Order: sequence, then C-alpha cells, then structure tokens
Amino acid sequence: MSACSPDLRLTSERGQREVFCGLTGIVWLHRKIQDAFFLVVGSRTCAHLIQSAAGVMIFAEPRFATAIIEERDLAGLADANAELDRIVDQLLARRPDIKLLFLVGSCPSEVIKLDLSRAATRLSARFCPRVRVLNYSGSGIETTFTQGEDACLAAMVPTLPSRAPELPPNLLIVGTLADVVEDQIRRVLDAMGVTEVGFFPPRRAQDLPQVGGQTRILLAQPFLADTARALEQRGAGYIRAPFPIGADGTLRWLKAAADAFGVDEGTFREATQAPYRRAQHAVARYREPLAGRRIFFFPDSQLEVPLARFLAAELGMQLIEVGTPYLHRSHLADELALLPPGTSLVEGQDVERQLDRCYAAAPDLVVCGLGLANPLESRGITTKWSIELVFTPIQGFDQAGDLAELFARPLIRRTRLVA
Amino acid sequence: MQLTVWTYEGPPHVGAMRVATAMRGIHYVLHSPQGDTYADLLFTMIERTAQRPPVTYTTFQARDLGGDTAGLLQSAVRDAYDRFKPDAILVGSSCTAELLQDDPGGLARALHLPIPVIALELPSYQKKENWGAAETFYQLVRAAASRAAPPAGFRREPRAAGDAPSCNILGPTALGFRHRDDLRAVEEILAGLGITVNVVAPLGATFADLARLGEADFNVVLYPETGAQAARWLARTFDQPSIKTVPIGSRATRDFIAEVAQAAGIDATPHLQSVTSRAEWYSRSVDSTYLTGKRVVVFGDATHAAAAARIASEELGFSVVGLGTYSREFAREIRETAERYGVAAFITDDYLEVEAKIAELQPDLVLGTQMERHIAKRLRTPCAVISSPVHVQDFPARYSPQMGFEGANVLFDTWVHPLMMGLEEHLLTMFRGDFEFNDAAPASHLGTAHASAPPSASQLPPSADSRAPVFGGVMGTAPVLETGPSWAPEAEKELGKIPFFVRGKARRNTERFALERSLGLITLETLYDAKAHFSR
Repeated sequence: MSACSPDLRLTSERGQREVFCGLTGIVWLHRKIQDAFFLVVGSRTCAHLIQSAAGVMIFAEPRFATAIIEERDLAGLADANAELDRIVDQLLARRPDIKLLFLVGSCPSEVIKLDLSRAATRLSARFCPRVRVLNYSGSGIETTFTQGEDACLAAMVPTLPSRAPELPPNLLIVGTLADVVEDQIRRVLDAMGVTEVGFFPPRRAQDLPQVGGQTRILLAQPFLADTARALEQRGAGYIRAPFPIGADGTLRWLKAAADAFGVDEGTFREATQAPYRRAQHAVARYREPLAGRRIFFFPDSQLEVPLARFLAAELGMQLIEVGTPYLHRSHLADELALLPPGTSLVEGQDVERQLDRCYAAAPDLVVCGLGLANPLESRGITTKWSIELVFTPIQGFDQAGDLAELFARPLIRRTRLVA
Repeated sequence: MQLTVWTYEGPPHVGAMRVATAMRGIHYVLHSPQGDTYADLLFTMIERTAQRPPVTYTTFQARDLGGDTAGLLQSAVRDAYDRFKPDAILVGSSCTAELLQDDPGGLARALHLPIPVIALELPSYQKKENWGAAETFYQLVRAAASRAAPPAGFRREPRAAGDAPSCNILGPTALGFRHRDDLRAVEEILAGLGITVNVVAPLGATFADLARLGEADFNVVLYPETGAQAARWLARTFDQPSIKTVPIGSRATRDFIAEVAQAAGIDATPHLQSVTSRAEWYSRSVDSTYLTGKRVVVFGDATHAAAAARIASEELGFSVVGLGTYSREFAREIRETAERYGVAAFITDDYLEVEAKIAELQPDLVLGTQMERHIAKRLRTPCAVISSPVHVQDFPARYSPQMGFEGANVLFDTWVHPLMMGLEEHLLTMFRGDFEFNDAAPASHLGTAHASAPPSASQLPPSADSRAPVFGGVMGTAPVLETGPSWAPEAEKELGKIPFFVRGKARRNTERFALERSLGLITLETLYDAKAHFSR
C-alpha cells in the first residue's frame, strides 16, 4: 500500500524487466552536448544495443563508440588500463573537436570491476586542458534507461564552476530538454524577470552553468535523483514542483520557480497567461478522441507518473495501471498528489504478469516499449511507443498539444483504417 | 579491447535468438542483466514479428549479484516452462552472465523438466551473431536427431525406384536477409524438379521436425553462415550430401539446379530449358551497354558478397574492384573468390576500415550492407544493399527474393536503378558540346535562372531518405570527412550546375586533380582543367 498518499494503490513487482539499460541515454545525451564523446567500455552487446537504439542512421561518424572487451582482456593477457589508454589515444587523435569524453561503464566492466574513475582521472591529467575525461555507469545492473542520464549528469556536477556568494541567486534547470524548449522557457522566465537562468546539461561542454549556495534547482525531468542530490551537496536549494508536462503541469512548474524567486502574482500571470491559454487550447482539441479512454502504462522512462497525471487531469483519460521502473517518492510528491484517487501504480516489473493484467483489462491504449508494441497491436490492442515520449520535445506550454496528439494519433489511426 | 563505432554483427546470443524465434515450440532462457531485452525489438520492429521472441531474460540487477543469481535462473526456467510449455528449452548466458559462471545448463537440468534442455555455450568475448546462430542450430539438430542416428560408418542406400527424391532446406532464420522470400523461391525450384522437401529448418520447424532430418536424401544449405555446421554433422551422421552452390544470380541458379539434380539422381535438362530469366535478357539489351565496366566494390556476409561479385562480373559486365566480408569464419573462401577478380579481399568488421577502403577505390557503385549505404551516401556514390545487417527496409511487404531466377530479376532492378539511366548518360556524352545541352546549362524546362539549378552538393540536406528504424530521428548532419583543397565560391556554384548524378564524381575528380598538383584552392579554372584531364 502506498506510502505517499492513502488514495493511491501502490504495488512493487519483481520479475523479468522489459526495459532498456542506462547506456541508451547516450542516444540523446550525445546530441545535446555537442562536443562530448561517449565511450562505452563494454561488450559487443553494448555496441549492438546502442546501435539498435540509435537506429542504423549513420549520417556522421557518431560521437559514441564502444571499446569492446575481448577474451584476452578477461584472461589478463592484456592490461585493460593500457588498452583503454590506447583506444582513447586513437579516438582523440581522430576527433580533435571533442572537449569532453565520458568513459561509460557497462555490465561487464562493472562485473570485472574495471575502475573507470581512476582511468578517467589518469586520462584527464594527460589530455588536460584540451579534453576533460569523466566517467559514469550506464550498466543495466545499476541503471534503468533514463537513469543513465542521471548518472551522466551526476558525474558532471563536481566540474560545475562555483558561483560566488555575492552574485544574485540563479535558477538552474536540470535535465535534458530540446534546445527549442529551453529557449521557450527562457523567454517566459525572462518576462517574469528571472534572468539568471542556466540549463544543465549545457549544449557545449565549455558552457557549464554555475552552482553555489544561491542556486535554486528546478528539475525538468523526474529521473534525476543522484544529480539533484549532488547539486544539493554543492549548496543548491531544491524547488519542489511537479514536472512541465501539459498546460497545467508547466504552469505549476513555472509557478514554483516564480515563488522561489519572489515574482509577484501579477507579473507571473502576465508572463504565463498567453502561452498557458494557447497550450490549453491546443490540448483541448484532443479531448474528444481521448476523454474517457482507458490507458495502461508499462514501465519505461520514469516519465509515466507526470504523463498519467496530464492525461487524466487535462484530457480526461482513465488510468488503468501506471507502471514505472522506479518511483522517486519525494521528487514526485506533487505529481502523486495530482493523480486521481485510487490510481493503481506499479513500481518495478514482471512483464509476463503485467501482460496478463493488460490483456484482462483490455485498455483502449497501451504505452509500452518497442519490444511489446507490435505483438500487442497484432492482438488488436492500440499502443503508443513510449520511447517517442523521451525523444520528442514534450515539455512546456508550446509542446502540450503535440504531446496530447502523440496519444491521440494511434487511436485516430485505428478509426481511419478500414477494418 | 577493440574500438567499435558500428558493428556488422550482434553478440552470439542474438544469433541463438534468431534460431529460437524462427522455430516453433522452442523457448530460450537467457541469463542476462536488465537491458539485454533490447534484442526483442530487433524482431518486433525490424522484422515486424507479431509475437515476442520466445525468450525469457533473467534480468538480474546489482542487488542480485551478491545474492542468488543461480536461483533466479532456475525460477526463470521453471516459470518459462510452466507458462509457455515448449517442446524443448535452450539455456545460456549473455556476455555479463558468462562472467558470473553460474552454469545455466547444469542449473536448468537440475530441475528435471520433462523436455529436452539444451545448454548453449556461446563465448561472447570471442564469437559473434552468425556463429551463435550456427552453433545453436547445430546443438538443436544434434539434440533432436541423435536418437535416430544410425551406427557409425553408415552408408545411405540408393533410393527405392518410384520414390521421389527428398531434401532438407537448412539455414533460414528469423531476422535473416530475405530468408522468407528466398525460401519460397527455392521451394518453387525444388517443386519444379519434383523433389520433396522433408524439413525446412530452423525457419518454421519444430523440435520433432529436427528429429526427422536424417530421412532426407540430401541437404540444401541456403546460408552457410547459419546452416553449414549442422549440415556437416548431418553429412557425417546420416551420409547426407550438401548442395554447395547458393542460388543467388541466374548462373548460380542454373549451377544449383544442376548440382541438385545430380544429388537427386534426376535429369534437370527439361526443367532448365523451360525456365526463363528476364534479368539475363535485360543485361543483353542495348540499354545495358552503359553498365559495361562500371567499377563496383562488394562488401557483406560471405555468402552474399561472393554471390554478388559473381553476378556483377559475369552477369552485368561490371568490374569488381573490391571484395570484402565481415564473416571472418569464411575469410579463406572470400580470399579465393577475390583472386578470381584479381583483387585482394578485405576481411574486416571495422566499419571505419571499410569506409576508408571504399573512399580509396572510388567505385561507381557500392554493393554492401546498410552500413555501406551510409558510407556511399556520404561519398555520393550509388549503392545497393545486398546483405545483413538488416534494416526495416530489408523486410519489404512484397515478395522480393535474392535467390532463384526471380531473385536475379530483383537484383538486376535493385543494382541498376541507383545508376543513371543508360540513355541519359549516352545523350550527355553525345551532346556534350551543344550550347543548351552541356554540363553547365540548367535544364531547359526550368528556365535559365540560377535559382532553378539543382542545389549544389554542399547545400543538400544531410539525408532525407532513411527513417529511424527504431527511435526518432535525432541524428545531426555529417561533418565533412575529407581534408582536401577548398572550393572557391564560383567553382562551387559551377559544380552545382553539373547534373547531380555525375556531380559527386566531378567533385572527387577535381579534388584529386587539385591535390595531386598541391592546389589549395579550386577555382573555376581548376574545375575545367580537371574536367579536361579526366575526360576520355
């Protein structure tokens, strides 16, 4: 039973988990930080995963690669550290444009206890100041999908420059957002008079935002437990808020920032009224196809709770089950409070039992990963790929309508196709 | 360690999945960490299978490592048996579980399930996907067919008079490059010859079907990468010969029919006289003369690469200037094949090495995998895809085999269409001096404004033709790879007036010309000097 609210039904489940590991975060992180390179130290499976996840879309030599561990590394015939140094040399010689290199730990590197943090320190000293080398783990034994971003950002926190105490307070928005969304948010905050705003991660490794005792952090993503903790340890204050999903979610999220920065009610309303109305209007177009429809979430990105809140509150959908890989009680406190009473939340996964429940419930729409989507569709169950919710700009006022459309499209499509 | 940007093959357990998914009534329990389930989407998204692959993953996490991962495996096996009721169960480790040394096979056998349990030993740090598929298929075949095995030294009796000859078809798997359609094409050929197909495996076979493999007179191995290992055991055990020719291309198809007829002890002459190949005629038609001597680089798995080289050379009159494979297991065969075309084979699974090789050889056409398609796109060279690794485009809705005479027709279209129409190329050459029909004149129907000229290479969008097979399109633009001379604006503009299908070549030739003369800047003069230099 729920520890967070007496009105929610929370269960935990263990069994086969049909989710990605944290390495997958590289797919969007390498697009966001444009002078960073991600070197996975792992197996052929890791390389194959990222390649399959990114799609075989080779427009460019990508800014990620895998140092594949081979038999001779395991047998001790090769010194793993010397091998890693050799590969990093090879890599950085090819790519003089790289300013930040992440050594990304994987399941095999964790199991053989390869110390990537020492390797990062050693290589950083060697390539300083041209390239900074950091490390984090994206292994499946430690991270689930979006937690890879959390681990990556947490590894960057110690490198953020300190903000002098005499400087005015600054707002740090944490979590990868599309550039266009960042620009929109910055404009609204500007209009409120909140101008000391930084985004983390930055678009370029050199543009790291400052952090200090005067810093207030506002999470843009719900999966950043370690990053938030690391920032708090650097003195930053945490702004409690729901997440910027949907018109209302975005308004509440911005209000939390406005309150933290002492913005008065009138200024806040003036800055947000027009975009909020626009967002409401855009969302309203999708009430008709979505209201009253029953939705079932398989766990994926930890975005499930804010998404479910948006679909229930702003579009009138009925929540059958909200599965999530991990439920961060305190970061999601405001979200959980906004869920309809009686909502069934499932943390963790046993995919076979969950499929049984899904078939029994016969929902109108299922949000699930790509391994499950077509098999469900072939049984006549309409699905929405959850991965698109991670790669598409969905946060903020001007994306609220697009987000609603992502859920409406599969249902509309089904009515268009002649049976 | 090996630095890898893109891989041609997945890990060996993905090969095992291709076999398990192809068959019916088989379940695979894979001891693996959370995240390895990504492999499911290869099947459900790329091949669009309507069912999940029959795979249970133990998905252990860090907290399980200190505890009982062995117990986790046993409960996963037991649950999978109870839920799916398979005829046989495969058990094995992925790369991470291999390091734990839990002995999945022993643990699964200790459960005393009433079905065969086949333990797979697939060394992830040495081997790759195709090897894993071949090994898995071989282990399944042995487990199923051993009981029916005759004593050692068995010699097959001649077939009784009046019995139709029969064969097995070995090799097609799930997620195979056109395996579904190749199978149909080959079954049609065999039916035309009056040969009965005893068992097709792994695709569509049950464990019980594998037990009957020894009943056939001989084996047809469509894909040696996945089927040869099992076929060798069947040859030893049941004295079943294997057909060596892979029927990709018109000539290989004729050879295949002759070889099959010999193994079956029948006369194929009437059948061979009745078949027609449109590709063979098209290649002899006058429009195809422009194909003569086109320089091609071939790269793929061993079977498809070798077949493509033969078709390119013998059936289309191309010049094979490069031949390579990522199938190291077949390096010797490919080296021998390459010698026939007077080139040295490149055996590598390093994508960057393949890219460098293609850039160096400057072919007119690349016959490769989806990886080479991207390389060719960057080099602005036409390309056709001939082999795995597969992409959603390699599972077309229509019937589109590579094998048999229809396959040869498909290959003719697929390889020739990326090249410019023959007639157009002739006209360009013939009217090169015409004031309205020279390389620098815009198309007459577009008027004379420069604005209507086709965009120059540098203005083209990075690429618009591919979809993200799996995830959304988040990739960016390509950095320019070459560090050659730079282009003066007016020369760049002039280049843009050259018809797009020869523009890439003109750009490369001009840059090579400038490089050889140490010219840092390509001017209008350089462009036309180079044109004069290279024109024949």
